[in-house]
Amino acid sequence: MKKLSIEELKEKAKEMRINTINMIYEAQSGHPGGALSAADLMTALYFSEMNVDPKNPKWEDRDRFILSKGHVCPIQYSALAMREFFPWEAVHTLRKEGSILQGHPDMKKCPGIDISTGSLGQGLSCGVGMAIAGKREQKEYRVFVLVGDGECQEGQIWEAAETAAKYELDNLVVFVDDNGLQCDGSCDDIMPTLDLADKFRAFGFDARRIDGHDMQAIIDVFDDIRAHKMGKPFAVVMDTIKGKGVSYMENVAGWHGMAPNDKEYEKAMTDLKGGLD
Amino acid sequence: MKKIATRNAFGEEILALGKENKDIYVVDIDIGKSCKTTDFSDQLPNQYINVGIAEQNACGVAAGLATAGKTPFVATYAVFGSLRMAEQIRQEVCYPKLNVKIACSHGGLTPANDGASHQCIEDMGVLRTFPNMTIIMGADYYAVRKLVRAAAAHDGPVYLRFTRDAVPVVYTENDTFEIGKAKKLADGGDISIIANGDTLFMAMQASEELKKQDIGVKLYDMHTIKPLDIDAVRECMTTGKLITVEDHNIINGLGSAVSEVVAERGDCIVRRIGVQDQFGQSAPYERLLAMNGITKENIVSTAKELLSCFKLA
Repeated sequence: MKKLSIEELKEKAKEMRINTINMIYEAQSGHPGGALSAADLMTALYFSEMNVDPKNPKWEDRDRFILSKGHVCPIQYSALAMREFFPWEAVHTLRKEGSILQGHPDMKKCPGIDISTGSLGQGLSCGVGMAIAGKREQKEYRVFVLVGDGECQEGQIWEAAETAAKYELDNLVVFVDDNGLQCDGSCDDIMPTLDLADKFRAFGFDARRIDGHDMQAIIDVFDDIRAHKMGKPFAVVMDTIKGKGVSYMENVAGWHGMAPNDKEYEKAMTDLKGGLD
Repeated sequence: MKKIATRNAFGEEILALGKENKDIYVVDIDIGKSCKTTDFSDQLPNQYINVGIAEQNACGVAAGLATAGKTPFVATYAVFGSLRMAEQIRQEVCYPKLNVKIACSHGGLTPANDGASHQCIEDMGVLRTFPNMTIIMGADYYAVRKLVRAAAAHDGPVYLRFTRDAVPVVYTENDTFEIGKAKKLADGGDISIIANGDTLFMAMQASEELKKQDIGVKLYDMHTIKPLDIDAVRECMTTGKLITVEDHNIINGLGSAVSEVVAERGDCIVRRIGVQDQFGQSAPYERLLAMNGITKENIVSTAKELLSCFKLA
């Protein structure tokens, strides 16, 4: 794949967001808020960082990606469609009967999904298993896991974190989409997550906090990760805005799991195509 | 009568399997000593993971290993391996149909003096409702060794249940076992008994006792309750009277599985012998069984009751 500039990646991110809103609007169902907050990372992963082969999605040396916050899958489906893991037409089938694009990712139906998710708190454990297998087989592949900040309220995340540290999984990177909101409101109100970078550090990770909407910062952190393979798993806590790019969705918990109506859709497209900053 | 705990059979077989195949993994949850995996961890450290006291995580780690071509056996106690991990098994193992085996000691009432918290009478029933799951409880040392090997060769999720305490050895090294195929141990025509796991031995004794009284018993070891051997159940239905025996709640275990087939397929009276939908307590294993009517004597008297009912009808 051709190496893309930061500007080109930003354009891809815009396209990713537009596709995502299109899919959720067409399905009239889905989770736009957390998909938009994760859009820049997902763009960097699929258009710059990850070593994957769309023609051979089960290639055993591929980098793995686990969308532990599985409800935001339209953003991953968008990346997979753009990378031609499956025919483009599938994007019109999200959440519909018989679709490869299930409401939450299904590894047996959709090419490019490395593990089925949807029930929160479980993806990091699966990533630990993949990373241990990689280490034991002396494979070069890396495992990237995206979790939500609210998702970190699940105790299993921390069970998995302990295991990642114990087995010195420097081939494992967990990204936290720290948008501060969850289904019922702000994380601070529902259950404060405290500083998640500090928490992962306390669990034996090498942790960084970055602006999750700064493409340069995301690209730089990948370089940082490569330079610091020191027997520790890596956590990147990303300050993000839920609903990023659509004015009326930004920082509104209500857009966690709701599809836009016709009027809202028009406004979303205007915002996204205009490149709201 | 020689007795061996079937968890020991698991420990021996998993070690043998691990030596033959480097993709066989054990994921322990801090009770490896009790689940008999210490020989495996000592001899095959590169195929061994211990995640500490974190069952939910263990299941996810196993699922991740399975996606990378490994065959992980998660070793724990039945109560944790079925209930604490239930939703993880559903989401990350059964739904994607991954090649993960849940291998559990302390099945049923066998952790007797540990009390109700450690006894597990619900596991096979809960997991039986998960699509793609296979559920096995071998009756003795030889059955478990063969069935652990069969589970490793089976592509997909398997739940295996073992006993904490020693149970009589009823088979020999030469007996063969196939997942989903019940094993016929007696072939009379008056009444049928289907048992599994640690209750098989008493069902065999009851069968002998009935035979002495000129009552012909058809006896099956239903070591796999899912997929159930429907042909064996149908054959048992030909006697018109059928007793199931299990060390599990009578709700949703072997008795329920058999009754579902019977109810849908024809005339046969079923009596379910098992745990009477009640929690146990710290007590000797035999006492706990007796409190629930899981005894040779109750099997015999239930058989006679069924036979007299039939005569009256």
